[in-house]
Amino acid sequence: MLRISLAAFLATTALVLPAAAQTIYPLNRAEILAGAKFDFKVEFPGSPAEADVKVTIDGEDAAKVLGGKVTFVQKEDGQDYSAYYLRDVAMAKAGNVVVEAKAGDKTSSVTWDVFDTPKGRLAKNVILFIGDGMSVTDRTAARILSKGLVEGRYGGELEIDDMPYMALVSTSGTDSVVTDSANSMSAYTTGHKSCVNALGVYCAKNKKNLEHPKVETIAELVKRKLGLAVGIVTNSEIEDATPAGVVSHTRKRSDFNDIVKMYYNIEADIMMGGGSPNFLPKATPGSKRTDEENFFEKFKAKGYAVATTATEMRAAFAEGKTKVLGIYNTGNVDGAYDLKFKKGTTDKFPDQPGLVEETKLTIDALSKNPNGFFLMVESARIDKYKHSLDWERGVYDTILLDYAVKVAKEFAAKNNDTLIIVVPDHAHMVGIIGSYVDSRPGNTPRDKLGVYADSTVPQYKPDADGYPESVDLPVRLAYAFGTYPDHCFDAKPHLDGEFVPAVAGAEKGTFVANDKYCTPGSVKITGNLPLDANSGVHAADDVVLTAMGPGADVFHGHIDNTRVFRAMATAFGLAKL
Amino acid sequence: MAARPASSAISCTRRELLAACAILASGSALAAEPEVFTFDTLYKSIGVMGIVYSDRLVAAKGNEISLTGYMAPPLKAESTFFVLTREPMAICPFCQSDADWPIDIIVVYLAAMSPLVGAGTKVRVTGRIEIGSWTDPETGFVSQLRLRDADYRRV
Ligand SMILES: [Zn+2]
Repeated sequence: MLRISLAAFLATTALVLPAAAQTIYPLNRAEILAGAKFDFKVEFPGSPAEADVKVTIDGEDAAKVLGGKVTFVQKEDGQDYSAYYLRDVAMAKAGNVVVEAKAGDKTSSVTWDVFDTPKGRLAKNVILFIGDGMSVTDRTAARILSKGLVEGRYGGELEIDDMPYMALVSTSGTDSVVTDSANSMSAYTTGHKSCVNALGVYCAKNKKNLEHPKVETIAELVKRKLGLAVGIVTNSEIEDATPAGVVSHTRKRSDFNDIVKMYYNIEADIMMGGGSPNFLPKATPGSKRTDEENFFEKFKAKGYAVATTATEMRAAFAEGKTKVLGIYNTGNVDGAYDLKFKKGTTDKFPDQPGLVEETKLTIDALSKNPNGFFLMVESARIDKYKHSLDWERGVYDTILLDYAVKVAKEFAAKNNDTLIIVVPDHAHMVGIIGSYVDSRPGNTPRDKLGVYADSTVPQYKPDADGYPESVDLPVRLAYAFGTYPDHCFDAKPHLDGEFVPAVAGAEKGTFVANDKYCTPGSVKITGNLPLDANSGVHAADDVVLTAMGPGADVFHGHIDNTRVFRAMATAFGLAKL
Repeated sequence: MAARPASSAISCTRRELLAACAILASGSALAAEPEVFTFDTLYKSIGVMGIVYSDRLVAAKGNEISLTGYMAPPLKAESTFFVLTREPMAICPFCQSDADWPIDIIVVYLAAMSPLVGAGTKVRVTGRIEIGSWTDPETGFVSQLRLRDADYRRV
């Protein structure tokens, strides 16, 4: 099977590569759910007239096959190509189809894999957990910190490990080896790959972010086809790439104001995270909107309870509300470490809820919908803390994810009609290489590092909450980062606040070690990244997915990230409706 | 290619060099001392539903104040415009499309085109405090607090 697809891959690549060929979206080898909506676009270089182009699907006129009316734009956005669109269309029948675009003597063709969900509906609910940027190392470290390690054996399994199905997932996007959280999430929520910074669209030549060819998201599909409840819970800003990927269509993930509007239009039942400034009208101090729309008021007018603290969230659910907008911070919600030890922004936001309680209350509320629900829960700051080389906080948030998964497993155990998927969206280059042992002679991190036989096992002590009561032990994990900007390194945890390895340098677009940490006992490490990198970067390594429940058996071996969408669509039986 | 930002030898802006610095150097006292604020004393509260300015700041509206913070990565080496932040910026919102500004920033409009020191440099800015939403016509940058006719010096 590998050989066949490799041959097909090489053949089609050769066909598409010549310069100035037409570009067809969805791209070659797209997997398209039968009945799912998408924008079909062809770009013809040289701006030919409509009469001079021909677009077919399996030899038939594309407009006839897909339905809808062709929009044809010569010199789109002032660029030298003609755009052929059939927006908001769907492929009705499953099977491989060949799409061909001709203009004069130039022909391009792509193959689409239109897939069915032949078994009908397998799962009432799907809960998708995203460990943002969670590498295998984070699972290992989370196990050591929360379960303990004695004589090579762990004190227990993580909830995310104790699941019957597992797969290796590849995460690269359409444009580059290394993905970001936008296009990787987009693959999970739409089944289509996209490019860095893009959500729910193919990256075409359009100049306007919102005009790129769109593909339908899982939230749109389950609302449209099944009338399911939809929940989105994160501890990042709600507008950040991963949560936004559930509902958004834009070429640029930074379009926070547009993304808020998309949340509003789609009406996800429960939304929780940070990022209030983009909900506030421009005139309100602290707003980041460029218009006078007050989205808190607009959501209220649609019947949402708006919660800004854990107390308000509990009250809303206690009143039986099933439409809740919970925004708990102006920026990201504090991670598990900072919530526990009252660091981060807890002085300004003392009553932020944690992901575990949010997951539990959200599941309880969503499950009131008799049709079922789709819920996405993200532990977002695993990635953010790893960008800032603050591994302890990242691992706390991996443990946080694990306890949120536990809540979902307890819910699923009642009826066994819920598919649970736990998956990172991409990796970082990290590894556990030993331990730092303070009693070793010398002063520098190298002196203190024990490797192989000298890598004494650290004794982290989980407390009643299941998190280590301290990470500042005389023997600590040596969790190493493979990518970094210039920074000062002392091999110690940053108890008072998230590590900020580098700050902007004198030259525009460069970053230098943050002096604050260049104290005795630290060493200055020269970065190994481009000078404009201020923090660690993502890695293209495969990530580990674990899953359980109806429909989870499709996860084994190695899969592309698009298959996560396909598994969810299959579990819901979405093509048959 | 942008010109190299000012070296550390420059501790006053051009206008300061001409006026205030010269006076300071000669030992003369300035007429009216600007009221000194910190990032903490600007605000009564920062919450999900927005920022509430401190009574002291509201009372100082339109007056000259001084405030110490960090110069964010500037758009140009020489400008009349920069962003002052509470902490040195670990991100560069002007350089990265997915990076975002903290909400407690101050936009500084200098009295004269000045070379900007390196980003991440601690500076004390003196200027007339302006409160309220305003969109910079040139850059589209929306700000709530601004220091107008400002000068700055390294701390
Ligand atoms: Zn990231």
